[in-house]
Amino acid sequence: MKILEIIFSTSFGYAILRVTTPILFAALGAVISDKAGVINIALEGIMLMAALWGVIISAFTHSAWWGLVAAIVSGVLMSFILAYFSLNLKTDVILAGIALNLFSSGGTIFILYLVAHDKGISSSLKSEVLPQMTLPLVNKIPVIGPIFSGHNILTYIALLAVILVYVLLYRTPLGLRIRAVGENPDAADSVGIGVNKIRYIALLLSGILASFGGAYLSMGYVSWFSTNMTAGRGFIALAAEAMGKGTPLGTFFASLLFGFAGALANNLQSLRIPSEFIQMIPYIVTIIGLVIYSSSQVSRIKKVKEQ
Amino acid sequence: MKEILKMQNITKVYPNGIVANKRVNFSVNEGEIHALVGENGAGKTTLMKILFGLEQPEEGAIYLNGKKVSINSPFIAIKNGIGMVHQHFMLVPSLTVAENIVLGIEPRKRGFIDFKKAVEITEELAQKYNLKVDAKAVVRDLPVGMKQKVEILKALLRGAKILILDEPTAVLTPQETEELFEELLRLKEKGHTIIFISHKLREVKQISDRVTIMRHGKNVGVFKTSEVTEQDISKLMVGRDVVLKIEKTQHKPGEVVLEVKNLTWINEWGKPTLKNVSFSVRSGEILGVAGVEGNGQRELVEIITGLRKFDKGDLLLDGKIINNLSIKERRELGISYIPEDRMVYGVAAEASIAENLIADRFEKREFNHGILTNIRKIASFSKYLIEEFKIQCSSFNQKVKMLSGGNIQKVVVAREFSSGPKLLIADQPTRGIDVGATELIHKKIIELRDRGTAVLLISADLNEIMELSDTLIVMFGGEIVAYFDDLSKVTEEELGTYMLGLKKQSYEEIRRVLYA
Repeated sequence: MKILEIIFSTSFGYAILRVTTPILFAALGAVISDKAGVINIALEGIMLMAALWGVIISAFTHSAWWGLVAAIVSGVLMSFILAYFSLNLKTDVILAGIALNLFSSGGTIFILYLVAHDKGISSSLKSEVLPQMTLPLVNKIPVIGPIFSGHNILTYIALLAVILVYVLLYRTPLGLRIRAVGENPDAADSVGIGVNKIRYIALLLSGILASFGGAYLSMGYVSWFSTNMTAGRGFIALAAEAMGKGTPLGTFFASLLFGFAGALANNLQSLRIPSEFIQMIPYIVTIIGLVIYSSSQVSRIKKVKEQ
Repeated sequence: MKEILKMQNITKVYPNGIVANKRVNFSVNEGEIHALVGENGAGKTTLMKILFGLEQPEEGAIYLNGKKVSINSPFIAIKNGIGMVHQHFMLVPSLTVAENIVLGIEPRKRGFIDFKKAVEITEELAQKYNLKVDAKAVVRDLPVGMKQKVEILKALLRGAKILILDEPTAVLTPQETEELFEELLRLKEKGHTIIFISHKLREVKQISDRVTIMRHGKNVGVFKTSEVTEQDISKLMVGRDVVLKIEKTQHKPGEVVLEVKNLTWINEWGKPTLKNVSFSVRSGEILGVAGVEGNGQRELVEIITGLRKFDKGDLLLDGKIINNLSIKERRELGISYIPEDRMVYGVAAEASIAENLIADRFEKREFNHGILTNIRKIASFSKYLIEEFKIQCSSFNQKVKMLSGGNIQKVVVAREFSSGPKLLIADQPTRGIDVGATELIHKKIIELRDRGTAVLLISADLNEIMELSDTLIVMFGGEIVAYFDDLSKVTEEELGTYMLGLKKQSYEEIRRVLYA
């Protein structure tokens, strides 16, 4: 079987990590904001904006790092807008999030046309790419080496971010406050914790993580920006967060699952199957994943009841 | 004695136009236990929320130790040594006791939370004030009395010299109340000042040094507690003499109406919240269900009314199984329901009084002309009920959300009682409403009983349940642990021992409630 051959190759393992990276960043962002009790549905739009600004600024400064900084700044701005509308002006956070997504979808094309004189792709800009890293020693190990070494630096940062988010949420005062605010805002308020302040911080952190994901897409995964290149990853990230039960580790594994589906879709394009079908794979996996997840919840409850 | 706190000319008007406090003066001496009493809606809680910085007054000033202070957030109140234990606990359920206690002032070690230190702080504090808590327990699993201790410790850790307790005994058993009072006296000895909000006058007499009485947003009197009687206080609270006793005749039970057989319910975490519950309610009888909240009462009510599906056990109405009937089918068979949460399950707040009154019968022929509603009929029907149940409103077209809590509950009661039910399930029928409405609802429940309705009454208010019920079961841990067919022989303390699970009747004694 050709499919099995593909799946059990080291290059496929490498591809999973590569495809997982942007989803993982955004999903970790979803973890933080969700823990604070605000659903950041604007992850998609934030990623898209970050991807664009990363490309533009790296092209002008000839530095991928300045591109990354610009991407993060754009993410902070976007989540600041979301926070301002939902926390200060009391707009429904879902509606504000949808508005930002629509704004990004159109706004990025507009800006792209102004800067690159093209409505589809940024190839006229000479943008930079963030460096790849070869892991010393690890790259000598058979099987493991080819899978884990040689990734874009942001892939390693994403893996590191899993641990950082865990430590932040469960080991620091800020994390305790984020969790308290998300679970019982009145309790937090009654001990003098500024609920809005904590939610601002959570949304900004969430935006920063998502913009790392966006920067990776246009400055690592590929080396250009194209319209709506996030292709629903922000929403897949929300699904990953839900499947991972909102914990950093659970979210990591759920993201890997979606990464697997994405990598499969990419690889199967070499087979003679209509590409439209193959491109559906990640989204179908999302739906199946959520169905399996919720039905396993239901059957677990049933099982307990039968005892 | 030195005056530690003075609130002067406090006026508070809520955005919906309700004047909660009218030029209220309130003063507390250092080291006293000061009771603040009044009916629901008299403005006690609002006054305390102003003191704790949760609400801002339109007018007035607050003086602490003679110095004028402006308290515009709980944070400032805490800084000024004011702590508050709210009626609804301000705890984060998934965190541990220690985490809840140090929330906001977490001990740190190199930027991280020092969990060990947090536990130490908690244990030290608990030791000092003799409030025994398990620092590492998760708050979700704690009984109510324990959660209250955590709340008190939280306030003490933040340096509270003045401690406000908002109806602290409302959720406690008599035993837990005694324990709380001992703790409060100990706090007083240590020099803390306590403001005790309550409308249970016996407790006020027992614990407080002085009492301030509020009515309709005004301070109507301050007394040394030893110099006034319960009757005096209640007269000032309500503005007239109140009958504290509910008048009713001996009940004459008829046939069994509702029979619950071996009902078991297991929650999503695998814990049984109802274990083999069996009982019956007869016509012309009020069966009370006593118990600390969260011992299966809610599940029981939701299963009987059809809000919750269940898989083990049987429900019989007039001898016929109703296990799988929908809520509507159950209502058609004559089940009425006064829900615990009137705003969620009782009324549609945005709809008018009339619309709420016909919510369970709008499709009946008598309220319709063909496909259109019969507005005239609905109007006359609503007017009749508004009068019958003394609902205070401007018209039957008024939105329900504009009414006071007591009047909203009257709307629910009017609808549920006017359908001529065979079985009435009354879940906390008078929670949080004023004395007048409570009296009316009690009277109407007894009227229904006398007309042959079977009544299942669930209430956390021991007084209400003892006064209103003809027979009584006690629930603990999802089981019926006691059955009393003669309430004159039971004391509140005895009930308390069953409610806490310290005692359990024999199987034979409990089985008597099946009348078989």
